[in-house]
Amino acid sequence: MSLVLRGGRVIDQSGERKVDVGVGADGKISSIGFGIEGDLELDASGCVISPGFVDLHVHLREPGQEDAETVETGARGGALGGFTALVAMPNTDPPADCTAVVTHVRSLGDGVACEIVPAGAMTVGRRGEEMGPLGELTRIGVGFFTDDGTGVQDPRLMRRIMEYSTGLSHRLGRSVVLAQHCEISALSSGGYMHEGEWSSRLGIPGQPAEAEELMVSRDIALVRLTGARMHFQHLSTAGSVAMVRQAKAAGLPVTAEAAPHHFTLTDAECASYDPVFKVHPPLRTESDVLAVREGLSDGTIDAVATDHAPHTDHAKELSFDLAPPGMLGLETAFPLALNELGLDLPEVLALLSWRPAAIAGLENRHGMIVEPGNPANLCILDPDLTWKVSGRDMASKSSNSPFEGRSLRGRIRHTLLHGQPVVIDGEVQR
Amino acid sequence: MNRVEIEELLDLTDRFAEVGLRPIPRVPALRGRTVATLFFEDSTRTRLSFDTAAKRLSADTLNFAAGSSSINKGESLRDTVDVISSYGVDALVVRHPMAGTPHRIAGWTEAAVINAGDGWHEHPTQALLDLYTLRKHLGALDGIHIGIVGDIRHSRVARSNVLAFTALGAEVTLVAPPTLLPASLESWPTKVSHNFDEVLPTLDACYLLRMQKERISEGLFPSVREYVADFGLNSGRADRLPKKALICHPGPVNRGIEITADVVADSRSVILDQVVNGVSVRMAVLFLLLGVTRTDSYKPSESAEL
Repeated sequence: MSLVLRGGRVIDQSGERKVDVGVGADGKISSIGFGIEGDLELDASGCVISPGFVDLHVHLREPGQEDAETVETGARGGALGGFTALVAMPNTDPPADCTAVVTHVRSLGDGVACEIVPAGAMTVGRRGEEMGPLGELTRIGVGFFTDDGTGVQDPRLMRRIMEYSTGLSHRLGRSVVLAQHCEISALSSGGYMHEGEWSSRLGIPGQPAEAEELMVSRDIALVRLTGARMHFQHLSTAGSVAMVRQAKAAGLPVTAEAAPHHFTLTDAECASYDPVFKVHPPLRTESDVLAVREGLSDGTIDAVATDHAPHTDHAKELSFDLAPPGMLGLETAFPLALNELGLDLPEVLALLSWRPAAIAGLENRHGMIVEPGNPANLCILDPDLTWKVSGRDMASKSSNSPFEGRSLRGRIRHTLLHGQPVVIDGEVQR
Repeated sequence: MNRVEIEELLDLTDRFAEVGLRPIPRVPALRGRTVATLFFEDSTRTRLSFDTAAKRLSADTLNFAAGSSSINKGESLRDTVDVISSYGVDALVVRHPMAGTPHRIAGWTEAAVINAGDGWHEHPTQALLDLYTLRKHLGALDGIHIGIVGDIRHSRVARSNVLAFTALGAEVTLVAPPTLLPASLESWPTKVSHNFDEVLPTLDACYLLRMQKERISEGLFPSVREYVADFGLNSGRADRLPKKALICHPGPVNRGIEITADVVADSRSVILDQVVNGVSVRMAVLFLLLGVTRTDSYKPSESAEL
């Protein structure tokens, strides 16, 4: 089946132009211009045609916590949020620390609404004790490793993983990316929100910004030592952003991501005592929020990544200490990035699409320039449509959105995955 | 609660204190009402105090002791609250080891929810009984100087008392080593000192906090010996405390740590008074919440039938 996107304007790395886009039955863009015909016509008037988004940080919960999310439901949420590829975090049960689990997650991703890219764990069982089978996993194409949910605490082990990873580039034709959830657990454990004025007032045990910053600092030092390719996940503090800025200026091979909740919400939200606002790293202060925004606009932070972390209602209906950390993110990322960062639309799309695509090694099929011959992984977004967030109405099996009830401007209208319309007029098709 | 509301409640407490002195200390004010205590953390004193207060008002009482373990068995907090609510209780008295839990529970039930202490956050009825005790002995609290000494960081009593004491015009100084103070004191209307001896002679009331056993093992100070030497109230320090100053403690007392046995027995010590007043204050709180039908607004003059 061929299709045509009519009446929109294309924005990609090469710039902006008002054209229609034809997509062939082979899933590739067939033509650009006007007067294109197709079996299916999708209206794009008033909309922007963008390369599909790539989320470097998604918890799909399968295997192990299928009551909160599955690969299928997570992919639906992704497609509704404009994403065509999701990097699946390995903190499943069992964890994705071996070829068997990675292969299983990939097979669960067959035929779903996004391409699923499993990340591998850096250490066995994500326990931070022994190096995981990085070499075996690169043989089956895994190029992104993280123990996300926790950071590798032992500096000696982290150094070895970094050194070892630099010898695996030949398998992938690019560097292995080591992604760190920066958190020194000796400083953070027993803390359920950011430590500061609010935690002191609310009586909720806090964890200091330094728990994150010390690991960012350590890893930058170890990158200098080993030359490993490091990616910093969900940066949340002004200090972290400043250190990554310096490391980049020094020419070190580091990249970074930030989550929408870290550039929109502060620790003051915890005054509700509602664990929907509990997340790791925790919501920080106003000055941290401003620093993260600054990092996103000056290129210190390369990508917006959601850290989409579904949890069931009953899991969140516990006291603040016992409720699990994490919040939904896939369907709200684009409007938040569009309206809260003060950036032009092409810059917002760069943060959501082609920059994360390059970090994940997906630049041969996602985030590409919209031109004939390239795979049609596209999202068609309406920057002016205003809608009200409702966790219940989302595709996720969970509904723990911290933006519940808010009106947001900007929504995805259609999404194409390898030329197939997986979202049409805001309705998911698979 | 603002100053006016607090003072109304303290005035009402006077009338319930009188009930406690009767040969049969019971009034029918809450007959037919059910008060449930829902304690997720051990606390004999606070529970007994609420239980006594409810019984003196002729309410029926239910006790639900839920270790956090029942939550770990897979039941969510909300499930627990739904079950208790379904027994038709009018008030839930909640004690929980985590800040904010009573606040959340209040959103899930029609019953009135009374915070009987939540984690490091607040212990409102303790603050009210402390105010009542101080007011009885010192009169108006405007301009008086109260020192709160000890583990402020982990203390719900300290957080509630800072709010309560300053609401009634007192000046508060927190006295503790830095490791036992909150991470940030921004926006706290208090002074801070690490030097107990310097603050001591200026106090109208010295409020000592209990040093929890688990804090001792956490390495927040080098040793009990060192803590006692710097922050314990012994007879030497008691001598330097002004003659009319009060000595308060929320209990249970660790004799020999925050306070020595002879100072507990000092004539200025009002520690047992605090316990007695706790029942009266909690009667007033229960009566305010349940003593009139929900749709009526409460007026002190209508609280006849005592």
